Amino acid sequence: MHPWLEKQRHLIDFTLASLARRKTKNLGLLAAYATLVFVLASLTLFSNALRTEAAFVLAGSPEVILQRMVAGRHDLIPPGYLEKIGRIRGVQKQQGRLWGYYYDPVLNANYTFMARPASEVADGTIMVGAALARERGLAQHNTVSFRSYSGKLFTFEVAGVLSPDAELLSADLVLLSEADFRSFFEYPAGHYTDIALSVANPQEVRNVAAKLAAALPDSRPILREEVLRTYQSVFDWREGIVLTVLAGAILAFAILAWEKASGLSAEEKREIGILKAIGWETGDVIRMKVWEGLLISLTAFLLGFVAAYVHVFHFGAAVFEPVLKGWSVLYPKFALVPAVDGLQVATLFFFTVFPYTAAVLVPIWRAAITDPDSVMRA
Amino acid sequence: MIELSDIKKAFNQGRDNEYWALHGIDLAIEPGRVTAFRGPSGSGKTTLLTIVGCLARPTSGRVRFKGEDISGLPERFLTDIRRQSFGFVFQQFNLIKGLSALENVILPAFPTGRPRAELVESANRLFDQLQLGHRAAARVEWLSGGEQQRVAIARALINDPEVIIADEPTANLDTALSKEFMAILESFTAAGKTVLLTSHDPLVVESSAVHRVVGMRDGRLVDA
Repeated sequence: MHPWLEKQRHLIDFTLASLARRKTKNLGLLAAYATLVFVLASLTLFSNALRTEAAFVLAGSPEVILQRMVAGRHDLIPPGYLEKIGRIRGVQKQQGRLWGYYYDPVLNANYTFMARPASEVADGTIMVGAALARERGLAQHNTVSFRSYSGKLFTFEVAGVLSPDAELLSADLVLLSEADFRSFFEYPAGHYTDIALSVANPQEVRNVAAKLAAALPDSRPILREEVLRTYQSVFDWREGIVLTVLAGAILAFAILAWEKASGLSAEEKREIGILKAIGWETGDVIRMKVWEGLLISLTAFLLGFVAAYVHVFHFGAAVFEPVLKGWSVLYPKFALVPAVDGLQVATLFFFTVFPYTAAVLVPIWRAAITDPDSVMRA
Repeated sequence: MIELSDIKKAFNQGRDNEYWALHGIDLAIEPGRVTAFRGPSGSGKTTLLTIVGCLARPTSGRVRFKGEDISGLPERFLTDIRRQSFGFVFQQFNLIKGLSALENVILPAFPTGRPRAELVESANRLFDQLQLGHRAAARVEWLSGGEQQRVAIARALINDPEVIIADEPTANLDTALSKEFMAILESFTAAGKTVLLTSHDPLVVESSAVHRVVGMRDGRLVDA
């Protein structure tokens, strides 16, 4: 082996032996440091996975949704609007949507009712979101009754439970046929809740929105990218809240790690003196300590990051879930698709490993430049 | 082999507590012989050894080692010379606790980048010579004073230096162990090594193993 590599191997051997000799200090340091990485990585991974999940789910949603406004409030789309839109260039497909909210006193929860074409959901049947099915104990072919706002009782057969893959958005969803929807909510014929538009060219989406606003001045186009951005902002905001709440603890951990790393005991100073006296250069001592810093910080980073990964993607981020996911009676239960953002990992790595290594180096540099003859005088 | 000319050494120079430990030492040390520095505490023996052993630089004066002036060399070169040419046996042994005797012995060779197997082989040879083979794996704090000193001696020899520097080597040893050390000293000269040591101990300075005794007092040579 090349002498330089052999020398690094010796330095690492010695570093490992040194770490083992100060087990209590180093294990404490490793634990504090790994916890710090765990908290930060859990937050980052979970928020990023939620954002990715939201983007993934919204990828299938329409590019533009058109709502009609009356006195600044969302109102029903009257008949004739769909036809008007048909003449706007760039719009590939438009579809009136019917949806609304229903309060279920059994669970004290709100459901989202949404009409689907008869080809998907037959009259008299419904499809329900996984969280709703779980909470109400529903399975395929069960029947369930809902009392409408007008007081009439409607009974439906459960045709199926929606895939848990999209549970983040479909947890409380009830899909039913258009006819059932209209009769359940006594929805006026020809009216819709909003209109979903498909625009083939992504570059055209904003132009189409502008044309819609001009053609139908009482309506409001909502772009998919805006919805996505809103989701991102909500997750960012929640991440910020958690960070603020945890700031004290994170700072305490950071100070503890810094304190432990930068404090050089009399024994360590003595050892540096001995090493220099027996022929180690200042550079060798510093390199040895760099290895020590790297070994501790990399181990802590890996431990913290792997623990965070398991915490987020196998245990659903149990610690931060309530804050980051939001509050709801019907909690979406879903396994996050592992999504790791390389830049975020690199940032976390830089802000945890680099300061630690620096914290180790400063006092070592001071100790390492002292004259080796101090050993003779001890 | 080693020539000192007009060596002066000051501590805390320019401050209120300035102290001159050496006041112009001129001395030539011959190779392959044992030279002992004798003198009371504060006479400058240890300071002189640190300068000869490249652990410190003189405030003024010249140190020549094998004809080369080494007093003005930068730290890196001094460290190289110290590692290759000098082996140190300290009064307090200065072993690193928590490490085995073997690990302590091979430490000075780490910066050389020699393969570990080779270092372990050299260390085991030294342990055999010093009759310490059975204690190689023991942690140094579990060893007796005599064993610790032999570990320190093995460590001083691992890079096969030409000069051994020992500061008060028998200060922490009883008579039997001190005699044992003197026997080891003789083996050094038999191997052609130059030995410099400081001592108050009559057992050392009056020993036949010591070829020359240099007296020191108040930073100056006396009856050299």
